[in-house]
Amino acid sequence: MSSKSDISFTLNGQARSLVVAPAASALNVLRHEFDLTAAKLACGEGECGACTIIVDGASVCACILYAADLDGRDVETVEGLDAGEALDPVQAAFIETGAVQCGYCTPGMVMQIKHLLAENPDPDEAAIRRGLEGNICRCTGYSKIIDAVKSAAQTLRAG
Amino acid sequence: MNEIANYIAVDTIEAAAETLAAGPVTVLAGGTDLMLQTEAGARTYAATLMNIRRVAELRGVRLEEGALTIGALTTVTDLLNDATIQAHCPILAETADQFGSPQIRNMASIGGNICNASPAGDLLVPLIALGAEVELVSKPDGRLHSRRAPLEEFVTGPGTSALGDAEMLTFIHIPLADGAAGAFRKFGPRPALEIAMAAVAVTGRIEAGKFTNMRVAFGAVAPTPVRGKNVEAALEGKPATEETIAAALDCVDADISPIDDVRASAWYRRHLTRVLTQEILADVFQV
Repeated sequence: MSSKSDISFTLNGQARSLVVAPAASALNVLRHEFDLTAAKLACGEGECGACTIIVDGASVCACILYAADLDGRDVETVEGLDAGEALDPVQAAFIETGAVQCGYCTPGMVMQIKHLLAENPDPDEAAIRRGLEGNICRCTGYSKIIDAVKSAAQTLRAG
Repeated sequence: MNEIANYIAVDTIEAAAETLAAGPVTVLAGGTDLMLQTEAGARTYAATLMNIRRVAELRGVRLEEGALTIGALTTVTDLLNDATIQAHCPILAETADQFGSPQIRNMASIGGNICNASPAGDLLVPLIALGAEVELVSKPDGRLHSRRAPLEEFVTGPGTSALGDAEMLTFIHIPLADGAAGAFRKFGPRPALEIAMAAVAVTGRIEAGKFTNMRVAFGAVAPTPVRGKNVEAALEGKPATEETIAAALDCVDADISPIDDVRASAWYRRHLTRVLTQEILADVFQV
């Protein structure tokens, strides 16, 4: 037992270790300890999805996730998607369809779409809308985001 | 927000119960309510924060001898996708589908939803209709003790339950009734991430043209989710007709005690409860 928590986890493919306060959110640790500022603090209540990251293959809201609970887990953020030469197909689809307005919701949208397409590679429009029900775009640019999901799904299915 | 003196992540029920016995402890499961409530100052941490999410034996669904046992750490996504739940208790999968958002469903646990004891806790409503019991463990004298309590008695008020300071919810037990149908419906301005203005669950079946083994529960219309005992009595053994349903709907008011708040007026909650009950009885039981 300790008033601090030593955590070791995989962050975008790399092993990382640090000491965190038990009540710290994963979002604060990603942003302030690792300078990974793609995931955003917007509502801070798990309602808007701007902080969405993928932990052990499942999308979660980093703003209400305990950083201490990352211990031993596999964490993916948008910053890990284009670590290679090319953009991820979801990122490329956002550019192709013009699915970005102010951009604040975009990293969370992209990670939730990664999760959605991993679960369902060929979602119809209703499934896309359900899949994004936890992500709010306050520019209300949903039509092009949905277009981006369809385009990314097509690219991914074509392999 | 107060200081947490100790953080501990346990991986067995035994270790969790020992930590609780040494208390005081705040239990962390999915964390979706805990972080919000502590940040908002609505709740303070105990000296020890105990993370139970790695207690593998607490996650999953088992079917044995006509009953379902669900581990407290089973996530809402698990409930939605679990083949045993879909086959034997579809009302829980249906409720999971109306719960939060994908991200919240991936994080939130059934045990957390119960222990949070919200009057509007979605899963509580079908679980009460199903006659679920909660299993609670503690280790007061060096030995692991376990007790069971009916869920409808476990939740005692808004945010309060019969959970002892040194107790932990481990399993939810659901008796399965042969041939039972049922449905859960909730209402709010937006389907996703909505705290219900009113929620209704009904289970039962029609036998020889009569409502049989009817169980009704309501959410967000009383200090706790409640059984609809008056509605049940008005349905039980009566012909499955529109007249019976109309008479049962007149009993809704006697079962609930809604309040006016920012989400809905008491009047509207009474109205919604009647409409949702009527819709389930008409659609699911095809009356």
